[in-house]
Amino acid sequence: MRRKLEMSELIFRLLSYLLLTMFAVACLYPFVYTLSSAVSGYNEVRDSTIVLLPKNVQFDAFRDVFNDNVFWNAYTNTLFLTFYGTIWEMILSVLGAYALSKKRLLFRKTFNFFLVFTMWFSAGLVPQYLNYLATKRAFQGIGIMDDKWLVVIAMGMQAMNIILLRNAFEKVPSEIEEAAIVDGATEMQVLSKVYLPMSKSILATVALFFGISRWNGYFWARQMISSANEQPLQVYMRLRLEEYSDPELTTNWQLSHSYAPDSVIYALIICSIIPILVIYPFIQKYFAKGVNVGGVKE
Amino acid sequence: MDIKAADYLIFDEESGTYIENPEQIVRDDVEKHYWRNVAKTVIKDWRLYLMLVPMIAVFLLWRYLPMYELLGCFKQTEDAKTVAEQYYSGFSYFRTLLFGTGNAELSMQFMRAFRNTFLLSFYGLVFGFPVPILIALFFNEIRSNITRSIYQVLTYLPKFMSTVVMTSLVIMLVKQGSDTSGMQPGVISQMLSHLGLISTEAAYGGLLNNPAFFRAIYQISGIWEGAGYDSIVFFAAIIAISPTSYEAAQIDGAGKLSQMRYVVLPMIFSTIVIMLITRIGSLLNVGYEKVLLLYNANTYVTADVVSTFAQRNGIAGALKGMASAAEMLSNIIGMLLVIGANTIARKASDVSLY
Repeated sequence: MRRKLEMSELIFRLLSYLLLTMFAVACLYPFVYTLSSAVSGYNEVRDSTIVLLPKNVQFDAFRDVFNDNVFWNAYTNTLFLTFYGTIWEMILSVLGAYALSKKRLLFRKTFNFFLVFTMWFSAGLVPQYLNYLATKRAFQGIGIMDDKWLVVIAMGMQAMNIILLRNAFEKVPSEIEEAAIVDGATEMQVLSKVYLPMSKSILATVALFFGISRWNGYFWARQMISSANEQPLQVYMRLRLEEYSDPELTTNWQLSHSYAPDSVIYALIICSIIPILVIYPFIQKYFAKGVNVGGVKE
Repeated sequence: MDIKAADYLIFDEESGTYIENPEQIVRDDVEKHYWRNVAKTVIKDWRLYLMLVPMIAVFLLWRYLPMYELLGCFKQTEDAKTVAEQYYSGFSYFRTLLFGTGNAELSMQFMRAFRNTFLLSFYGLVFGFPVPILIALFFNEIRSNITRSIYQVLTYLPKFMSTVVMTSLVIMLVKQGSDTSGMQPGVISQMLSHLGLISTEAAYGGLLNNPAFFRAIYQISGIWEGAGYDSIVFFAAIIAISPTSYEAAQIDGAGKLSQMRYVVLPMIFSTIVIMLITRIGSLLNVGYEKVLLLYNANTYVTADVVSTFAQRNGIAGALKGMASAAEMLSNIIGMLLVIGANTIARKASDVSLY
């Protein structure tokens, strides 16, 4: 039998719906606004008269973005960094976390401290910068001229994600592993046939974290990639924004364009978030679970 | 360890003489051949140790090796030389930063950056920390799973936008207007000025050019970005509460507020403490990328943080040693904060993070 709600409970429930709706709308609104502004006309975007729906619709901003080779170049670079970066980080993290999760590992505490310490103390931007510069010279010395590989190999690797993986691996019952070893499984087979299938949700979560941070990476890519052709999408977007914030450049803009400079940025934002929006719903159910499983450890 | 003769010789009652203690011989052997035994174990189990190697190598090369470059804090910066070849200059950079020896302007900037770093984080803690807890409580009120999923998908979404996307949006939504060309300010500025929250001049001047608004913009965009996602942890703690606890409270006549106070709060308290420790620990760890993308020369007064100070002077500028010294000071204090917060929490409530 359903109990009648008390007054205070009813008020709180209504308040919850109201405030959550407001917050959800606030989360969604900038994206709707972005899409509307990307397809609105020059005057409307320049004067920010768009509130929700597009006015004076044009698709020239998108067309010009799609016709821009530099844009596709930047997009390919981002895909490259995300793909290889995530694979590189996942391989290293899974192997390391698996070894760390084993009680029989000698100096286990030392290795753990070695990881955790990097979460407490980092050398800072300037030493990191000098270190990457030295790495870049070393890479060029052995013939790796493409700075993208420097970003893939040297950057990323977050201790927090390795610890999430380690905690998940520690929860795999040791009986299953022993059964596999009795059946003659090697260390790699134990990892790939027992551990990985049993921790799918945390693997998906960590891969998502790595992938997103690769896709969104900006600062070090801008600092370390010297060739303009190798820059990823985020850097390209920021450079365009900086370029268009110069009023001198935009005075004669209207003569040759039907859309405002800002529409290009809005169009770029849409292009850069679409892959995330496509993957996100499929993986969202995993990460809520994964974070809950591994996040808080007492 | 003190070694006594009695450890080595025990009285054997059968033969009536003293014989060597076999246990102590084993113990001795283990101690004497400690490293040989370690090597044996590692060789026998080499696959496991090989798995660790790449991860350790990456952390050594690109996390720990930069710490060696910190030596530059005590040396005269010369770009042509490696940090090992540079000449020592003692604590001169620290004296300049802290007491203004030789360059009072730089010291003033550093102190300002340090204060801003602390204030941005502190306000984030005060205003940003409670919001995810509230959102988790609200999520708990939604009975239908589908409706809740929709709300969750929407509110987690901003977390996955890049800093560049987020800051570009902020920049354009509060952009400046101009009276002469009839250009209106950004849409958020217009709304705020219609509501009377900011003056028309402020809206036209561009909110990001005005130091008075930087902190508010930073915090609000931070809440927009992270509050939904950060609620996951609290929501997990709340749904773990057994429904019988609520029922018992309801039978005892507890209203919503009393249920919050006596059922929900005690159950999620340990989660709150852990998250609080993490936040306090990163109190001096402001997202420099976001500040770097949002600030400009007009707003240094409230926006410049230690990392951006270091970036401007050390990476864009030539004062590498000085910039390293500035960041090292802040990072060491940050580390002490983490360890301190963790120790206090462990003593006070048996909950600790590390």
